[in-house]
Amino acid sequence: MSTIKDYFGLNEQALQMRNTRLELLSQNIANAATPNYRARDLDFAAAMKRAGSQVNLTATQGNHMRMSPIQSNIASGAVVYRVPLNPSVDNNTVEMGVEQAKFGRAAAEYQASLQFLENRISGLRKAIRGD
Amino acid sequence: MALDRIMDIAGSGLSAQLVRMNTTASNIANSGVVAGSEAEAFRGKRAVFQTILDQTAVRNAMQATGGVRIDRIQDDARPLQEMYSPGHPQANELGYVWGSNVNEVEEMIEMLDASRGYQNNVEVIKTSKDLMMRTLEIAKA
Repeated sequence: MSTIKDYFGLNEQALQMRNTRLELLSQNIANAATPNYRARDLDFAAAMKRAGSQVNLTATQGNHMRMSPIQSNIASGAVVYRVPLNPSVDNNTVEMGVEQAKFGRAAAEYQASLQFLENRISGLRKAIRGD
Repeated sequence: MALDRIMDIAGSGLSAQLVRMNTTASNIANSGVVAGSEAEAFRGKRAVFQTILDQTAVRNAMQATGGVRIDRIQDDARPLQEMYSPGHPQANELGYVWGSNVNEVEEMIEMLDASRGYQNNVEVIKTSKDLMMRTLEIAKA
């Protein structure tokens, strides 16, 4: 199994990270009118570095806490606060245009990661079938 | 699969913006209401948003957040319009009536902002739905 996992490389984690980033950006968009909300984003390089040297904690008992991808990224310092271009009266640092642009780009990046993974899968399938 | 969480977050944004639009519509509809006393007069309402905090994250002292919800509906604290109109059926013994403190122009802007916020969340749902459908087809490659 580990050889197949190696074959996929970091693509799998990359897809996870893209997903986490989309989640953070969607939170920013949902909280665009919340007073004192500070927009956040994923430092992708730091998150991938962490994923490359990941130590997986396993929950061996029912009461062990499971971390969501966002939580573990916060714990490792890969989630960063956005520095706003313009300050606002209610201390909200979400700038809709910026968030929209970043969300669109992040969605495209997600598709790119998906495409890489798909290529790997079709390559693997070809190798198995031998055609 | 965390793409469905994105939909939850954007969905909470949709319902919050809808409440905001509702309060705005109520403000506009009631802007012409005249009352016979200061206490009965209509005051503009404002929905105040709050981020939903992830409870397990709060216990671990982390700033993980989820979507958005309505914290409270606040009355506008600005002064009411006090008008002298003795012929008015609602007028008090001194001939005064109190109009609402709603500013229609502000309400229109509030309505626009709420509807833009709603549209943004709809786009987020649409995009994550597309990505989810594409991810489901990954094995077909």
